[in-house]
Amino acid sequence: MKRMGLSKALFWFTIIVYSFNILGIILTVVLNSLSKEWYGELFPKIFTFEWYAYMAREHDLPQLLYATFIVAISVALIALIIGLPTAYVLARYDFRLKNVILSFLLLPMLIPPMTYGIPLAALLYKLRLATKLSGVILANLVPVVPYVTLILTPFIEQIDISYESAARILGANRFQTFFKVLLPLIIPGIFTSALLSIVRTIAMFELTFLVAGPKSQTVVVALYYDAYAAGTRPPQAIDALAVVYFLITMTFLVIALRFASPTQFVYRGK
Amino acid sequence: MGRRNIITILLFLLPAFFYLSFLFIYPFLYGLNLSLTDEKGNFTLENFIRFFSDPWDANTIWITLKIAIPATLLSILIAIPLAYYMRHGVRGEKFVTLLLILPITLGSVFIAEGMLTYMGPNGWLNKLLMFLRITDKPVKLTHNYWGVLIALIIQGFPFVFLMLLGYISGIDPNLEKAASVLGANRWHIFWKVILPLWLPGITMAMSLNFVMNFTVFPSAVLLGQPSGPTRVISISAFQWAFEKFNFHMSSAVAIIMGIVELIFILIVMFIRQGLYRGSTVAGKG
Repeated sequence: MKRMGLSKALFWFTIIVYSFNILGIILTVVLNSLSKEWYGELFPKIFTFEWYAYMAREHDLPQLLYATFIVAISVALIALIIGLPTAYVLARYDFRLKNVILSFLLLPMLIPPMTYGIPLAALLYKLRLATKLSGVILANLVPVVPYVTLILTPFIEQIDISYESAARILGANRFQTFFKVLLPLIIPGIFTSALLSIVRTIAMFELTFLVAGPKSQTVVVALYYDAYAAGTRPPQAIDALAVVYFLITMTFLVIALRFASPTQFVYRGK
Repeated sequence: MGRRNIITILLFLLPAFFYLSFLFIYPFLYGLNLSLTDEKGNFTLENFIRFFSDPWDANTIWITLKIAIPATLLSILIAIPLAYYMRHGVRGEKFVTLLLILPITLGSVFIAEGMLTYMGPNGWLNKLLMFLRITDKPVKLTHNYWGVLIALIIQGFPFVFLMLLGYISGIDPNLEKAASVLGANRWHIFWKVILPLWLPGITMAMSLNFVMNFTVFPSAVLLGQPSGPTRVISISAFQWAFEKFNFHMSSAVAIIMGIVELIFILIVMFIRQGLYRGSTVAGKG
């Protein structure tokens, strides 16, 4: 009994230390962005919103938000169009080469973006798609398509196949069965995968960074450039942009968590 | 299988086929080709020779390994006991998972920006360490090796933990009960029952985490010394591409990056097989 107590204490001690640091990091960013100046004290003395105004002047904020959402939403939609039929085949059919297709689909999720991103960026520059929104969307599709497919597959698997058989017997063809019978049943799965992929794309730094231009960069890339050139603007203004980014991700995280279980965020296959 | 089925499968897989060929396989071959040719398009190994003969570039492999391997091992070593403790679920599990999701969702750029202030000389962390008398003057945790290492652990630990937890929750709890009924103590249950079944999950998490750590970029730039002790291999690839505009060289660096990742995964798999064989032999003896 005593040993149980010790491992429990150790478990919660580690979790608390970890969360303390994470929450400390987040709170530091938020407080710093709101402080007039904050050097030695435990908490800032004077609070102000002026850094947000400063940040909005320095950046074309509407453009930044526009690019972020266009990219995230387009990636989610295109990934669904590709992933949905793929997931359907993976859930409903057994065939030779199925495992080959699965492993090929897993690769873009398992290989880190920096490794395949450099050749991909080289190609997109060659095709003159880089620096444009379309190039950023294409690059971000790479890890998201398999992600969406693998989230959708179990959703389709758990739908009773007899619905489809019934529709088929009643004279619906394969496409009608897919669009009229199956599709409405997997709406929750579609929402889940779309939201999760939006959260992922908003936070995707590497691929966007490698192919984006000034007009197509997302908030996270702008934040990186700010932090990279830290000397050129006050740190509070950088943190103001960080808070904007934080609010966007948190909003989508909260919405996504209504549909998805937290573990789906790290879905990486087995 | 009916002919109609085959046609359906082929039609439904068509979008994925285009996606894989044009966005993944073709760019990879394109990069491979770039790395093996010169400006005129002639075959050459010059790009690879150039990388390995210039210590400024070649050393990035060691620099990156020196950060990535400890970060991976530490994340795994912290995550194994925690996931083991949580294997049958604990109260507040959802809350814990949520906390761990937070840094994953926020991503490395935000975390790095926050850490600059939080772990800086005037930050809360140093204030706390001084208050607890762990140190009497601020510890330097930013703009050096430690900053990058801590950033990688903060980012990598939740991934490793949640993957290990997913894997261990899938192990049938009856096995443990059976072992316990047969007289195995906790130690035996962990080493002889759980660990062999968990090992595929552990090696998988370890490989993925290493690969992630090996390609660290924003943390190494923002929290480290990108032109010195934390000039990791990604920085080299990036600079060849976007500062020297040499995509032949940068593709070569990306290929080298991929090869190192592959070698690490092969080593991990090799060790795992050795361990597995060892434990069965011991079991028979």
